[in-house]
Amino acid sequence: MSSALSIRQLTKTYGNGFQALKGIDLDVAEGDFFALLGPNGAGKSTTIGILSTLVNKTSGTVNVFGHDLDREPYALKRCLGVVPQEFNFNQFEKVFDIVVTQAGYYGIPARDAKARAEEYLTQLGLWDKRNEQSRTLSGGMKRRLMIARALVHRPRLLILDEPTAGVDIELRRSMWGFLTEQNRQGITIILTTHYLEEAEQLCRNIGIIDHGTIVENTGMRELLGKLHVETFLLDLKTPLAVAPALGGYPSRLADARTLEVQVDKSRGMTELFRQLAEHGIDVLSLRNKTNRLEELFVSLVEKNLSKVAV
Amino acid sequence: MSELRPNLVALNTIVYREVRRFMRIWAQTLLPPAITMVLYFVIFGSLIGRQIGEMDGFTYMEYIVPGLIMMSVITNAYGNVVSSFFGSKFQRSVEELMVAPVSPHTILLGYTIGGVLRGLAVGAIVTLLSLFFTHLQVHHLGITVLVVVLTATVFSLGGFINAVFARNFDDISIIPTFVLTPLTYLGGVFYSIHLLPPFWQTVSLGNPILHMVNAFRYGILGVSDIDIGVAIGLMLFTTVVLYVFCVRLLVSGRGMRT
Repeated sequence: MSSALSIRQLTKTYGNGFQALKGIDLDVAEGDFFALLGPNGAGKSTTIGILSTLVNKTSGTVNVFGHDLDREPYALKRCLGVVPQEFNFNQFEKVFDIVVTQAGYYGIPARDAKARAEEYLTQLGLWDKRNEQSRTLSGGMKRRLMIARALVHRPRLLILDEPTAGVDIELRRSMWGFLTEQNRQGITIILTTHYLEEAEQLCRNIGIIDHGTIVENTGMRELLGKLHVETFLLDLKTPLAVAPALGGYPSRLADARTLEVQVDKSRGMTELFRQLAEHGIDVLSLRNKTNRLEELFVSLVEKNLSKVAV
Repeated sequence: MSELRPNLVALNTIVYREVRRFMRIWAQTLLPPAITMVLYFVIFGSLIGRQIGEMDGFTYMEYIVPGLIMMSVITNAYGNVVSSFFGSKFQRSVEELMVAPVSPHTILLGYTIGGVLRGLAVGAIVTLLSLFFTHLQVHHLGITVLVVVLTATVFSLGGFINAVFARNFDDISIIPTFVLTPLTYLGGVFYSIHLLPPFWQTVSLGNPILHMVNAFRYGILGVSDIDIGVAIGLMLFTTVVLYVFCVRLLVSGRGMRT
């Protein structure tokens, strides 16, 4: 599989001396659905800014589908579609005009541009709003407008910087479906998000960036495999006054009807349920306390924080 | 892939978007200069002008009409680019252009042509309105067109520079208020510099707008306070210098890239 994105020793130091990127290496394969995660200020948006040429890099190389950012910036830009975190379209322009104009910037003649605008606005449920000024759209519609705009020149690599921020769950799920379909059709997607459930569901590979360095760059399955202990919440049929003593399963009562249990992967859950049955405890349902990826993410970032602090 | 054809499409797109913008807000862009100039024609041309008598062999109304046309061209060419480009920076929609494979020349030409077209549109409106007050005979069509296009180009490029450096809306009104307006009023719109004492005549020659207004007046009336060749040369030189400076600003990404 060829490379969609290759970043080597990328650094960025802002004018005030803040070093946002400290020499990151990152590879994303063609056709991948890749999650780039990190806490606020970790360097995600700076990386995306450099890719989209809105931020000047200090050093290092960036290559998109074989096109070097320094030597072939226009060829690189043609391969790239970017959905930024902040709304960055003219609030007074009509929805249709915004998409058609963007196509024009990529050299797509008006007739083709209009056909493509109709195609993407329809797919994203905005065709009825095509003659509305963009400022009258809801937040979710504005995000979808930016996706339509980013796709209109048919990029091979689509980068979405928190595309579902502030979007309700129903719309978020429909956007997941849309993006999954785009990826199935061959578009490589890089996604940054704070919804780790989203990253876990959509992405096959993951990079975690923190304090300007990549602390993890691996497959989602491999990463989740590193999670040895999961915390489950068990909803109980009858309330308990004290937590039962469960051998090998640290537990505590979250409330009288909710038992919190840590399960080591090596032990599994059969033994847990056997012990619960011995104590005469009936379990109605169980769920993860937090998203699995979230547990890993927090532990990785905390580990990195302690290194940085040292 | 050749970059020429896509850049031509992009140029067409930027120009179309610029024209659509100033046509959409015509009540802010085309109407005010028309009303202002009608007031100038009535008050300075008809009422006060009758008392002044002739200037350089023409009625006062005939004399000030070319200057007033140029005044509106200058103000509107500059204003169009400074407000449009700063507006796109303010709303961050300039990022749409920056992420696309559009060359700095295409971006600059697009905004400049947009400014020139607004300047010419307002100039045409003011010219038509002036016909209600006086007769206009074009002495030299070629010079008239060349001068008005060059002037609009110079001030469109000036507006672009202002927009690149501007950080807030106050910054886009400082130059028009404190530089352009005084230079225009002292640039021979309302009087011949021969009315001034010799010292102030010499000082006035340092005002670039004086050269533009007089070159345009020469195209319309055939009279000028200054040498036409010098005026046109100055405009061409200024256009080239400003264009090169603007391209360098775009390449560096000043005010747009961090």
